[in-house]
Amino acid sequence: MKRAGTIIVGTGQAGFQTAASLRAEGYLEPITLIGEEPHIPYQRPPLSKGFLLGNQDADSIELRPAAFYSDHQIMLLAGERVRSIARGRRLVEIESGGQLSYESLVLATGASNRALPVGGAELEGVLYLRSFAEAILIKEHLESAQSVVVIGGGFIGLELAAVASQLGKNVTVVEALPRLMSRVVAPIISEFFREYHTSKGVRILCGKTVTQILNQAGKVRGVHLADGEEIPADLVLIGIGIIPNTELAAAAGLPVANGICVNEFLLTPDLGIFAIGDCAEYPNTFAGCRVRLESVQNAADQAQCVATAIAGRPAPYKALPWFWTDQFDIKLQMAGISAGHDRVVMRGRADARKFSVFYFRGEKLIAIDSINRPVDHMMGRKLIAAGAHVTPELAADENSDLKKLALGSELAPQTNPAS
Amino acid sequence: MPKVIYVSHNGQSREVEVPVGMTVMNAALKNGIDGIIAECGGVCMCSTCHVYVDEKFFSKLPPAQDTEEAVLEIAAEERKPTSRLSCQIKVTEDLDGLTVRLPEKQR
Repeated sequence: MKRAGTIIVGTGQAGFQTAASLRAEGYLEPITLIGEEPHIPYQRPPLSKGFLLGNQDADSIELRPAAFYSDHQIMLLAGERVRSIARGRRLVEIESGGQLSYESLVLATGASNRALPVGGAELEGVLYLRSFAEAILIKEHLESAQSVVVIGGGFIGLELAAVASQLGKNVTVVEALPRLMSRVVAPIISEFFREYHTSKGVRILCGKTVTQILNQAGKVRGVHLADGEEIPADLVLIGIGIIPNTELAAAAGLPVANGICVNEFLLTPDLGIFAIGDCAEYPNTFAGCRVRLESVQNAADQAQCVATAIAGRPAPYKALPWFWTDQFDIKLQMAGISAGHDRVVMRGRADARKFSVFYFRGEKLIAIDSINRPVDHMMGRKLIAAGAHVTPELAADENSDLKKLALGSELAPQTNPAS
Repeated sequence: MPKVIYVSHNGQSREVEVPVGMTVMNAALKNGIDGIIAECGGVCMCSTCHVYVDEKFFSKLPPAQDTEEAVLEIAAEERKPTSRLSCQIKVTEDLDGLTVRLPEKQR
């Protein structure tokens, strides 16, 4: 009888990497990769950057060419949806009909755009960005648009604002919270980006909410703010976060909180089912709590962890989180999780556009955000991962050698990062 | 078209034709060269496209920028004097015959 093998639900970075890593780990059983999008797996980060600017085309954002899947005996079912999981019989039921059996099931179902709950959000010219199809729509609209309002001053919103500005549009960003990217970065970084966008001609409005998207014959003509201001726009882009796709797991009776709940092995209470990437909530040793992270690093490293486990060598997931965002010519590199910090120190100078912010919780270095200081970022990853002792004074002193410190921390016995 | 030769860690060699301007990383992905992961997609955030460049060609390459230099420090396999990130090497006519060796592991 044919072996059931592994079924992976979701063809994003996490799903793709699970399949690729399984083969790289020598896994010989069948692999089925199922995703709702009609395309072969592609990278999402360029969708809000190089793809819209025209620097990268559809071909160049594919994670691998189509032949990769057949060459590696990965059965790719694109444009297919998993309707339900029958856990008792280890089967998934798919939309086009039929059932597929699994020995291991990996849920990498990703997330969906959070909808803006105001009138007019359904108008022509109001768009969100998550998928390749949505990116194509935005690209088409950007060709004729003159005035763009971006709702949401997080990574996606600001990347879209930068792109639209670079394409010569009038751009306004409306953020409900008092500062940009406030969920993840320190005020120094928020302020740096506010100033930088402003210097490029982007109007940044923080602490303002959109109450209505304005309609002219079925097309957007602007937005109305709570303070009464109306901002004209022929294109409105919304980036106010995502909601994890947990319905499939919940319907199968798996626990769901802020994502599908998994343990440190990324396993659900059903020991045949893993959940990874944007859809999964797991205990993170660096944060010291359960988190759900939305990043390429998290997707790819969790995929590798699960692939290794399915290949017979399980180990707890303990990769250090890192992130990046590109806005205009500025790359912000982030290492660690800054939530819960009680002190920040700065290394370098904001006016020189070359600085890092080091985040501490008590004595412990927990995160570093860097602008044009790649050594701080890369050595920071080593230092945080090793739980190295770095004092705020040392971090702030540009003459201290982080590389030397990082090397020392690798040689020293590992401390528990959660301690 | 210039040729690039990829040598796997166990010595298997494959020669591929690469359009001028394409990176050594992208050419590897397009041609099914295993051993290049390219997790970040070529933006110098990970080290999973690390290669060892043949000495004959190493000096022909534009020097690594600060970001690449920093990333090479976190490579999974030992950094050597001829280590580069293949996402940062754009193929030119002058690089015809470029030989890169792939490390055993990239993570």
